[in-house]
Amino acid sequence: MSIAIVLFGEYGFDRAVAGVIGCGQALKATTGGEIVAVVIGAPAGEMTSEVAGRVDRVIVASQPELGEYQPETAIDAMKQILAPLGASIVLLGNDTYSQEVTPRLASRLGGSSLADAVEVKSVNGAVHAIRSAYGGKAMATYELKRSPAVVWVRARALAPAEPTGAVATMEETSVNLGEAALRIVERRAEVQEGVRLEDAQIIVSGGRGLGGPEPFEMLKELAQVLGAEQGASRAACDAGWVPPSWQVGQTGKKVAPELYLAIAISGASQHLLGMGDSKVIAAVNTDGDAPIFKHCSFGIVEDYKNVVPLLTEKLAEMRK
Amino acid sequence: MRTLVCLKQILDPDLPARDFQIDAESREAKQGSANLVTNIFCENALETALQLRDRVGGEITALCYGGEKAEDVLRKALAMTADNAALVSREGVSNPDSLAVAKVLAAAIRKLGDFDLILVGRESGDWGVGQTGGLLAEELGMPCLTLVDEIEAEGEGLRLRRQSDVGFEIAECSSPVVATITNHEANVPRIPKTRDVMMSYRKPLTQWTHADLELDNEVAGGRSYYEVVELFVPTKDIECEFVEGDDLNERVASLAGKLSAVADAVS
Ligand SMILES: Cc1cc2nc3c(=O)[nH]c(=O)nc-3n(C[C@H](O)[C@H](O)[C@H](O)COP(=O)(O)OP(=O)(O)OC[C@H]3O[C@@H](n4cnc5c(N)ncnc54)[C@H](O)[C@@H]3O)c2cc1C
Ligand SMILES: Nc1ncnc2c1ncn2[C@@H]1O[C@H](COP(=O)(O)O)[C@@H](O)[C@H]1O
Repeated sequence: MSIAIVLFGEYGFDRAVAGVIGCGQALKATTGGEIVAVVIGAPAGEMTSEVAGRVDRVIVASQPELGEYQPETAIDAMKQILAPLGASIVLLGNDTYSQEVTPRLASRLGGSSLADAVEVKSVNGAVHAIRSAYGGKAMATYELKRSPAVVWVRARALAPAEPTGAVATMEETSVNLGEAALRIVERRAEVQEGVRLEDAQIIVSGGRGLGGPEPFEMLKELAQVLGAEQGASRAACDAGWVPPSWQVGQTGKKVAPELYLAIAISGASQHLLGMGDSKVIAAVNTDGDAPIFKHCSFGIVEDYKNVVPLLTEKLAEMRK
Repeated sequence: MRTLVCLKQILDPDLPARDFQIDAESREAKQGSANLVTNIFCENALETALQLRDRVGGEITALCYGGEKAEDVLRKALAMTADNAALVSREGVSNPDSLAVAKVLAAAIRKLGDFDLILVGRESGDWGVGQTGGLLAEELGMPCLTLVDEIEAEGEGLRLRRQSDVGFEIAECSSPVVATITNHEANVPRIPKTRDVMMSYRKPLTQWTHADLELDNEVAGGRSYYEVVELFVPTKDIECEFVEGDDLNERVASLAGKLSAVADAVS
């Protein structure tokens, strides 16, 4: 059985792409067959050679209509390229576009889809995927009943692909695309300082207990002395204190830094789902019974107002 | 503007982890003393629809495929001032797969008439599979945009704003369209007014069975797309070391030392 990996050329090669291909390599070890990377849109940077060094075959569809992601066109193109391949497993990453196309692609290929898998395996010929359920309170193994199994995986959390030592053959392909009934006409990126949250080594996050937007400024100074990026709970994002893109959790960013410092965050399962894999978790909270402490290596039960300025000062001294 | 909003009833996601228990046989969570509630993103979707109706007028239909208590979801939707509602009874099927749900919803939507806009939540707070919207769009043959947090009517068409990985994107389309809705500060669901709660019992609520929608048995059985074969609670529990010291200054110094040690290992 072969494994197809669907990638967006505009993203280039990054940790997420390495993770999805890594997932494919792990599968191939038990299923055999070949790994075919399907790149939609012109590959950015060194993507082509990085991918070709990790899979068995690369198909690139780089015609101009596929340059910038459009949902209807992308799904149409993927269907046309994937149908003749007959892959039994189709893997995608966890970016917005991959998440968006997954169920519709499965539908067009007559397969089954699933989201946010942390492991995909082949069990006696059936495809199983493991993912969290009930907002992180449980883990579930799903059997995908139709073929192909189209699954987007938590790419950055998966072991990255190793170079195979060979270079895969490359094929250009083109597809017939009609007029799309829905078009993305504008893309706005929030000005982001530093690295993206998913790639951060240290994250300082704030929650509802901060009580408003201003304390996030206080946390910013702390983040700076630690060399950290800033995140937030959904409660803080929903309140409009910080942008939605800061949200960590089930429906936000999935992060796994070396250090995650949670300030005035209770540690609801849905938040933990996004950061529970962090190496070291620490918390500042007035409530010693807050669930977050069940996941912390260390912490302090105290009002953040008393802790954060003093902590920033001490860290600044220590880390001069 | 005719809008249809799909709402799902789920086990209260705020149920604390320590009270969470699994029924090994059915491979679902035990309800215990927890409440059944409307999935939050469905309420975000309804709120988005209500605000659009406030601006351009029209009618909102609430649709739920659910069990015995699912009428509560629709009464609440009506109390939030949806105009009418339809309930398809799940009849013994528990945790149907996403394709079965999409097919049931599509059949109900076709029976209800033509809509300009069909809204679902980005994912449900119980299983959180997030596949229904896309599958529903395919069943209905409509375009679809996910993670939408704002909708404007513009001329003959619609303008949708959606959250992207780095910020947001604006899409334009003609109706009909399916959108999956995510939370935003602007679509926090309203609390129904007492008068509207009373009114909700006088609004039309249609009830259908699988047979009324002429669904075939395999689909309605809800196990042909995927099936949960195992459900378990992961073990973790690490011991938190609460920093010690005679006063705040000492405790914070200890915390700073620990944080700095981890940060050193990183750089
Ligand atoms: C389907 C679904 C998806 C969800 N997705 C996400 C998600 O992706 N991310 C997410 O974060 N949440 C998510 N949630 C919401 C989640 O369930 C919680 O409601 C949310 O995480 C709570 O945020 P919080 O910890 O900031 O707020 P709270 O739970 O209100 O906690 C605030 C904490 O601050 C502490 N505190 C108060 N004052 C102070 C002070 N002065 N100093 C120090 N500590 C103080 C309190 O003791 C408390 O522990 C989701 C929920 C659902 C149903
Ligand atoms: N049983 C149902 N009844 C009505 N709507 C549903 C049902 N199941 C899923 N949906 C819709 O699909 C969305 C996503 O759910 P899911 O794909 O199950 O994560 C929900 O927010 C609802 O809008």
